[in-house]
Formats: sequence, structure tokens, C-alpha cells
Amino acid sequence: MTTIEPEITEREAAQKLTEPLIFERSKAGRRGYQLPALDVPEQSDVLPQSLMRGEIAEEVEVSEVDVIRHFTRLSKLNFSIDQGLYPLGSCTMKHNPRINEEIARTWGFAQSHPFQAEHQVQGNLELLWTLEQTLKEIFGMPRVTLQPVAGAHGELTGILMVHKALAKSGNARKYILIPDSAHGTNPASAAFAGYQIKELKSNNRGTVDLAVLEAAVDEDVAALMITVPNTLGLFESDIRKMADILHAKGAYLYCDGANLNSYVGVARPGDMGIDVIHSNLHKTFSTPHGGGGPGAGPVGVSDKLAPFVPTPTVEKREDGTFYLDFNHPDSIGRMRAFHGNFNVLVRALTYMRSMGPTGLRRIAQLAVLNANYIRARLRKHYHLPYDGPSLHEVVFSDKLQAPKDVHTLDIAKRLMDYGFHPPTIYFPLIVSGALMIEPTESEPKEELDAFCDAMIAIARECEERPELVRSAPHTTPVRRLDEARAARQPVLRWRRSV
Amino acid sequence: MSSSIPEDNRYAKSHEYAHAEGDVAMVGITEYAQKELGDVVMVELPAVGTQIDANEEMGTIESVKAVSDLFAPVSGEVIEINEALTEKPDLVNTDPYGDGWLVKIRMSDPSELDELMGADEYDEYIEAESAK
Repeated sequence: MTTIEPEITEREAAQKLTEPLIFERSKAGRRGYQLPALDVPEQSDVLPQSLMRGEIAEEVEVSEVDVIRHFTRLSKLNFSIDQGLYPLGSCTMKHNPRINEEIARTWGFAQSHPFQAEHQVQGNLELLWTLEQTLKEIFGMPRVTLQPVAGAHGELTGILMVHKALAKSGNARKYILIPDSAHGTNPASAAFAGYQIKELKSNNRGTVDLAVLEAAVDEDVAALMITVPNTLGLFESDIRKMADILHAKGAYLYCDGANLNSYVGVARPGDMGIDVIHSNLHKTFSTPHGGGGPGAGPVGVSDKLAPFVPTPTVEKREDGTFYLDFNHPDSIGRMRAFHGNFNVLVRALTYMRSMGPTGLRRIAQLAVLNANYIRARLRKHYHLPYDGPSLHEVVFSDKLQAPKDVHTLDIAKRLMDYGFHPPTIYFPLIVSGALMIEPTESEPKEELDAFCDAMIAIARECEERPELVRSAPHTTPVRRLDEARAARQPVLRWRRSV
Repeated sequence: MSSSIPEDNRYAKSHEYAHAEGDVAMVGITEYAQKELGDVVMVELPAVGTQIDANEEMGTIESVKAVSDLFAPVSGEVIEINEALTEKPDLVNTDPYGDGWLVKIRMSDPSELDELMGADEYDEYIEAESAK
């Protein structure tokens, strides 16, 4: 067990971040390319004068080596999953296998165009069809749409299908029930679809209380949106009974499948009575994640909701060829141009195929094992607010450190000095000072041990040298950022300084 | 801790205070609440003239950590909101009981104040909250 001393002074750390903006690197006349002399007559009347600009747009003037060095230096200031453990709870920052990239770059996939004729893109259609069949098997559900391009987009798609199904039966209803342990996107998606939100309070085990649910469900409730396992990493063991309570009143059960990686290949949402689920392919199925995307959030539905899936669907003819089927009169319509983020779908199917059913089940088992290993090693050092058996992530709090006036944010910042990305902090909201750790199955035991050693060393520092933790990070290119000012007065574009 | 809790306010379980002068209550969030929230970056308040019931949601407060609902501690009409918070939401952090106030409510039933906690009771309440 080691302690990392803040030997690097603030000034030295600041000097490490010397990379200017690319605009500031610009030198008039510098070029990164050479064009041959113009050997055709210059045309000045190609566009009407009204469309011509009066001055040349100000673009960056840099050489190729300037560009390469600039972005390489920036990339070294960044932290990524390729560099080390990235235990961001609820985000499932797992390794992105390179075979996915290899297949996605296959010429036929990478160069095809969505307007090509069906007979020219049979391979692409077959891929979409096969991915739907695979997800149907994983979900245990009869229909899956691949259009949504993010988890929250999948949530909206799912709730719009619920809305359409209810509206068609005469009453679209008013409310969506959401537990207080939910992902923040759930209430946002439900509100976007036109519903009002009613929050369900978790019981003292951190799961949904059946009595509370039963009392809340009536003919005005459209659905319960629930995350399984929930944001505390706890499996909702009453899920089947919840489905029965909802179905008895004609309401639907929506499952946020962001945490599917904890039971993929082990249990199927369809068997739990779930009517609609989205899965983030960029979480459970290893497609790249972060930097804002692109993602994919396919949605699986039960028989009752199958008529409402977005169009077009990909179907297989008896002769083995594939086609786009627009003939779904009850469809909620398109949720995205073309077929979603197609190249993300290629990566996800590659992953499913390279893992196989046994491999996928093993992923869930290892993800749960790794989280529980961290839980067992750290439980003496950090407070566990909910002590039920947890799955793929574990939530601690800063309760043991708070008396020394060291808080979750400080612990997270200090972890950076030890070379780890901090976990998700201050979420879920039902835990004060939450530290939400999800290691994923990618990590070997040595990496988990190094992380736990760092966390234990920090717990000791909180006791012995709290100021060291409160003033962290000490070794990063920049120290504490002024998050409040960044949110209050964001500077979102470069301007020439005058 | 009790020294930082003004004696002349009434306190709600959701950590708003009401400071009554006549039939007008100046409402804000407590020192404990602002510390729990962290740096406040935005405050959304009801329009002047809004009729509001006690315990009803009256707005939201966003900090670098989270977005939280604000609840009215008493019923009545919103007669003034703290316009200064648009430019300087950090007043909620620096002076929650003074310049960081949120709204003024003309109370329709000042006896509702009796249902809120006094300073000592609120002090015990947040002790219990932090021990959770």
C-alpha cells in the first residue's frame, strides 16, 4: 500500500498544461497541404453574387505536424478506458474490443449508403435482422426496434409506444410512476412524452415497496419506469409481482436496461413480466462510449406493444432475402432517420457473436463478481448505506470521512492522483455523499486491487492528513476546476482576443 | 451548529425557512441546505402573483451536484421574487438567510407557521438527518 505525495507543486502542474488552442497555433500562410496549380479557367459566376461571401472565412492555418502534435498532446491530457480503470457507476465503461472496430470498418458496411437499393445492401439488412433476432433472444421478447440512438432516446420510444397502445384502447392516462432511485433520464423522458411524474419512495432496503406501488397504481397510471437492478446495484426481487400489480390495472412495466450487463445471459426481462425495455449497446455490448456518442438504445417490447414499433422494420422473405417493411399501421412512426447508428449496431453484433451465449453470461457473472470484490475489500473503510447483496455496482458514502470535513468530492479528486478515473459521485440521490463504483468485467484482479489499495490509502489520509485530500488533485494538469463558474458563465466558443 | 440557525425563523422538513413580518413571509433555504447542495448555479422561481399551497413545489434549485425541488413552507400569494439570483445565484450559498432569499409570500393562513419547526427543533432534525 502506498501513499502518493503531492511532490509536484501547483505551479509545476500548471506548467504541464501548456498546450494552446489550435486557433492560437495558427500562423498566417501556413499550410498542411499543397495543391497543384489551377489548370482550368477560373469561373467567377458559378454562384449568384448574393451567395458569395465578401471575405474569406477565418480558418486555422497550421501545418500537418502542428495538427498531429496538438491533438496528440491533448489526448495525453485526457483519461480513457484504454489507459486505466474507469469505474463510473451506472455508465459501464468497459473495454471496447478491437475486433468490433475491425468489422465495422469492413468496406461493405463502412461505405454503404442508406439510399442504396435493397438488393445492393442485403448484407446490411441481414445484419439488422440478425441483431434484432439476437436481442429478442437476450430480452425474451417478440420484437425489438434498433432505431433509438441513445438510452434516453430508447426510453422516449418505449413510452411513446405505451402511450399509443393506451390511447388506442381509449385512455392514454396521465401518470408515470418512477422510484426515487431511478436514472435522471427516466422522469425527463416520461415528461417529454407528455406524462406527469409521480415519485415512489424506496423502502429501507433501497428497493420498490410493493405496498407503496399497489397504493399508487390506478386507472390514471400509464406505466412504472424502473431500473433493474436499480442505481444502488440492487436487484428488484419483487419485479414479477410489480408486473402483476400494474397489469391488473391495465398499466405497463417499463424497464431501464442500462444495467442489463449484470444479468445478460442469466435472466430475461420478458420472463420478469417486463413489457418494454431499452438496452444501451454502448454499455452492455461494448460499443465505444463517451464524448457524447454515438450510442444505440434498442427497445424490446412484449406482444401487446409489438404493433407500435417504429417503421420501417427489417423482415425476411421466404426465399431468404431481406426487405424494409413500412406496413405497420399502428406504428408510432420513425424515431430516427434511416436505421439508427448503423455502425454502432455492427460493433454490438460483432461483440455478441464473438462472446456467444456462454460468453455473455460470463460477462454478467464477472461484472457482479468484480463489484462485490470491491465491496468486500472497501466495506471496512467506507460506509455502505444499503447492505443488501448487490450486483454489478456498489454504492458507498462519505459518512465515515465527513467528521474530518473530507467529503465525496475530495475523495474523488484524490483518486486522480492515484491514476484512476473517479467513480460517479453524488448519485443516486437517495444516498447522501454517494460514491457509485462500477468496475465492469473488463478489469483483472490486479487492477481491482490497485484501485482498492488507493481507496484504502485515501481513507487513511482522510484520518491522518485530511488537508492533503481536501486540496487534491495534486498531480493532474489542472487542479480543481471552478465548476460553478463553468455552469454560470460558460465560454462555449473561441473568440479572437482584441 | 445551533448558533448558525436564526431563532426568529420557522423551518420546514424540506429545509426551507420562513421569516415572517406581518402577513408576509420571506422564504429561502437554510444554511444546512445550501451546504448540502454545494455551489448553486441556477434558481427557478414561481412568477409573482402565483397562488401557492404549503408543501407545494414552487421551483427548482440547481447546484453543481444536483437539481432539487423547492417547496413552499406556507400558503399564499407570491408577491416578490429575488431577481438578484438570476445574475448571482451564489447569493444562496453566501447569505442564505439574507441576500440569498428566494420569494416573499403573502400568507393566506399565518397559523401555518406554527406547524413548522423552531430553531431548536430544526437543529435536532438536521442532527438526525446527518446521522442517517
